[in-house]
Amino acid sequence: MLELIVISTLNGVLYGMLLFLMASGLTVIFSMLGVLNFAHASFYMLGAFFGYQISRWTGFWPALLIAPLLAGAIGAAVERFGLRRVHRNGHVAELLFTFGLAFAIEEVVSIIWGKVPVDYRTPALLDFPAFTIFSTNYPAYKMFMLAVSVVIFIGLLVVLKKTRIGLIVQAALTHPHMVAHLGHNVERIFMLVFGVGTALAAVAGVIAGPSLVTQSNMASLLGPILFVVVVVGGLGSLPGAFIASLLIGLLQTFAVSINASPATLFGPLGPDLAASWLNDIWNVTIAQIAPIMPYLLLVLILIFRPMGLLGTRET
Amino acid sequence: MRKALLAAVAIALPMFGSVAVAQETVKIGYIDPLSGGGASVGEGGLKTFQYLADELNAKGGILGKKVEIVPLDNKTNPQESLIQAQKAIDAGVRYVTQGNGSSVAGALSDFLTKYNERNPGKEVLYFNYAAVDPVLTNEKCSFWHFRWDANSDIKMEALTNYMKDVPSIKKVYLINQDYSFGQSVRTQARAMLGKKRPDIEIVGDELHPLLKISDFAPYVAKIKASGADTVVTGNWGQDIALLLKAAADAGLKVSWYTYYAGGAGGPTAIKQTGLNHQVFQITEGFANVDHKQSQDFEKAFRAKVDLSLWYPRAVNEMRMFAAAAEKAKSLDPVKVAQALEDMKFEVLDGGEGIMRKDDHQFFQPIYISSFGDIPAGQFDEEKTGWGWKQVAKIDTAQTMLPTTCKMDRP
Repeated sequence: MLELIVISTLNGVLYGMLLFLMASGLTVIFSMLGVLNFAHASFYMLGAFFGYQISRWTGFWPALLIAPLLAGAIGAAVERFGLRRVHRNGHVAELLFTFGLAFAIEEVVSIIWGKVPVDYRTPALLDFPAFTIFSTNYPAYKMFMLAVSVVIFIGLLVVLKKTRIGLIVQAALTHPHMVAHLGHNVERIFMLVFGVGTALAAVAGVIAGPSLVTQSNMASLLGPILFVVVVVGGLGSLPGAFIASLLIGLLQTFAVSINASPATLFGPLGPDLAASWLNDIWNVTIAQIAPIMPYLLLVLILIFRPMGLLGTRET
Repeated sequence: MRKALLAAVAIALPMFGSVAVAQETVKIGYIDPLSGGGASVGEGGLKTFQYLADELNAKGGILGKKVEIVPLDNKTNPQESLIQAQKAIDAGVRYVTQGNGSSVAGALSDFLTKYNERNPGKEVLYFNYAAVDPVLTNEKCSFWHFRWDANSDIKMEALTNYMKDVPSIKKVYLINQDYSFGQSVRTQARAMLGKKRPDIEIVGDELHPLLKISDFAPYVAKIKASGADTVVTGNWGQDIALLLKAAADAGLKVSWYTYYAGGAGGPTAIKQTGLNHQVFQITEGFANVDHKQSQDFEKAFRAKVDLSLWYPRAVNEMRMFAAAAEKAKSLDPVKVAQALEDMKFEVLDGGEGIMRKDDHQFFQPIYISSFGDIPAGQFDEEKTGWGWKQVAKIDTAQTMLPTTCKMDRP
């Protein structure tokens, strides 16, 4: 029992941190630009495929640097040439634009790299078990993922809260004209923020690629859950996204390990009900519904605390 | 005048061309996932069928007509499959083939059976090469459905016959996809193991959503906590690759009895676990079967497609289709179907198979193989250096399970 708790906690934290790495970019973009970027997970996927392709030519470590830069540049270009024009037509147009972009990117990726998973491997340097708990190995690579997530979280917080850049970026959202009058190029700031946000998603892609499977549907697999993270954490709140990521990671992991169903708690249904459809629901275990738990959480949060855990903005 | 004539010819020529081509090709609609979680296996299947069509065409096609594979993406979704099937029928397809997902197969079989009742003279045959839910050749059997893969009960029967003689198996964990096929694997495994080895304890019985999990680490933690020494799973597509990968990461040391560990990504993950000859798979053939003809085929196939042959049954399917059409001297689906019934056929991996008339289930020799070190010169998988080695062969006669099928014939 203790073993399962310890290992589930570890797995949950690992998964949560990976979610955070992706959600952080989404949160940054949302809090700064007010754009809910549906194509965010697609940039995560681009990061993974760029990472795979570049690491074949140069090895993993240069890829970890180049791939996010490349994806960030594409992100910046999307803002500069697409989103900025669409912006004039309001938020719905922006949403639809990013929504369509997600499909376009998926199609392009599957044309270039095919639909079969690519052979993207952990770098040899990190391909060993870091430590063993209760005879379960923890790969060094997963620890590396954890470390990167923590570093990015702290780095982002510091940049946004403690530096001039963060000050200007935050001011540009609420008082763009004031900031412009002070001599800053607001449009360029927005472009850079979008670029950084998508680059963050790409970092997550580069490092998650070898650990999960790199294939053309990986964006649609993780896309929906990112929105859960951002909404549960509170739209625009970085610490909120951090807490929500961990919460969802742990929730999902622990749910998998619980085999209890109403039947095991309260005993089987009476014979008159046993043949009915109620019996199926009665016997569903928590493990079976684990994958939908985050969405259940999303619904509850929206009902009882629509601004999210740490959000300040009413949605 | 001359100009008008030229224009008329210019317009008419391509039309003649297309009519002529339409009459000269046998179109086979390939309805399988080409996107989403099943895409890796769907793409592999498509390449296999295209290769087989080329092979038939090189020999002059079927009854002198060229074979053409029409790819249709169903995203492993039954509803989407029906739309694609209708699309195929509208494009003149009289034969469809599908394999991934028994939920899809069930829907397709129903749909085509109804379609054929309502459209006599325009019947469409359904060649199933991989959907192994037993119900398709039992309660829900159809005259229009033919299955070339051994159904899940046949495979579980063979697998448990092998497992019952392995004394080291004491605690078994079942993990399967939550839909008709996964559920039938788990029920049969419980029933057959319970009968053949009552001393074996089932320490876990998991169902998880189909092709939706991106990290199996929590499931592997659970397997580990259960103290299992053996895992039985029918998982396929990314679900088996990710499961094995998570097991490799966590260093889970158990034996695996699988249906589809050889699919895309599986062999790479097994190599990472270091489980040398502890992962077993049950198939109708594999690369290193001791049979010259299939090895030659494998060599040519790999050279051209750059994939291992996952589906020897697809070879049997296409070759038998050609043979049946030739025997019937017609490409009319009803006549081809009648020719296929009780047809005997020398399968790719050697030995005789038969398409049973009662339920349209094909019976053939089945192999259990394990993955690990192989002698030099044999086929490896995914450039791991490891390959499949035969541990048991079950002859056709021993795979014949009874059926409850009561078929309506035209």
